[in-house]
Amino acid sequence: MASTSIRRTAMRDGVAAAAPMLIGIVPFGLVAGAAPVAAGFGLDEAVGLSVLVFAGASQLAIIDVLSDGGTALIAVVTALTINLRMLLYSASLAPPLAHEPLRRRMAAAYFLVDQAYALSIVRWTGTDDRRARLPFYFSVGILLGTCWLASTVVGALVGSSVPDDVPLEFAIPLVFLVLLVPVLDRRPAVMAAFVGGIGAVAAAELGAARLAILIGGVLGIAAGTVAETFQARSRESEAST
Amino acid sequence: MSDVWLTILLAGAGTYLLRVSFLAFADRLVDLPVLVERILRQIPPAVLAALVVPQLLRPEGTLDFWQPELLAGMIAALVSWRTRNIAATLVVGMAVLVAVEQLV
Repeated sequence: MASTSIRRTAMRDGVAAAAPMLIGIVPFGLVAGAAPVAAGFGLDEAVGLSVLVFAGASQLAIIDVLSDGGTALIAVVTALTINLRMLLYSASLAPPLAHEPLRRRMAAAYFLVDQAYALSIVRWTGTDDRRARLPFYFSVGILLGTCWLASTVVGALVGSSVPDDVPLEFAIPLVFLVLLVPVLDRRPAVMAAFVGGIGAVAAAELGAARLAILIGGVLGIAAGTVAETFQARSRESEAST
Repeated sequence: MSDVWLTILLAGAGTYLLRVSFLAFADRLVDLPVLVERILRQIPPAVLAALVVPQLLRPEGTLDFWQPELLAGMIAALVSWRTRNIAATLVVGMAVLVAVEQLV
């Protein structure tokens, strides 16, 4: 296939893959816009958060800390703690994008949100054309980013009047669930997911709050690595007998 | 500059640095040692589960095995496993959640 049509197909796939995510992201963006205004901040600050920080949970945490009278330093540290999991995303996406020039990788980093990471790594694991990777990624990122910003502005201007009886925010874990299922194709991956999920719950129960995802993730990665090492060893010893 | 803008700028810059961290050096991350590749392979299942499972087991912020999110999540997982379809999973998962919340 010619490379322009590969790119075009990948961009279309990106839009199709990201579209269902908007069901969860738009209500969340409305809240991310409404919360700062309700706490006495301006529209410019609500938009600034969505453009410059572009990570919902940490944006809400910044508003929490500042409106409780916390200092800028505490707010920044809290936000970065929540966003530490993005180190894992960056490490995970780096090898599949190793062939891309630095400026494109730096542009890609801006869009590295949970959803863009999850969609991309699931698509790139297996056989895919590496020329199609960034077109897919950028079309996901730009669609999500535009809708995030637009819903923040709407939320800041009119408040988040999402009907309470339709729990739209539940769409967010459901989308990650759909992406998780096909990844569980090997025993070590099942181990990583099991320990990652239970670890995050345990960490949250023990009061880790905003660090729970990162702690669960790291525990799961360790468990999966150990499981795969054992699996590789037992295969080697089987092969040698 | 106000404290709010100072916070936004620093949090934005810091978050970008977290995002760009490994991507900036990706060109040196070719032909990785087996162990490093093995660790990287675990990131998607571990992190996706860490994002999902707390939302199903403690939707209101405390561990609870008897609530609609968990039931809806388990049925959605089944749909997802059988169909691999995001739209079908979303529709079934949300419908079960709304139905159970209305009934109970």
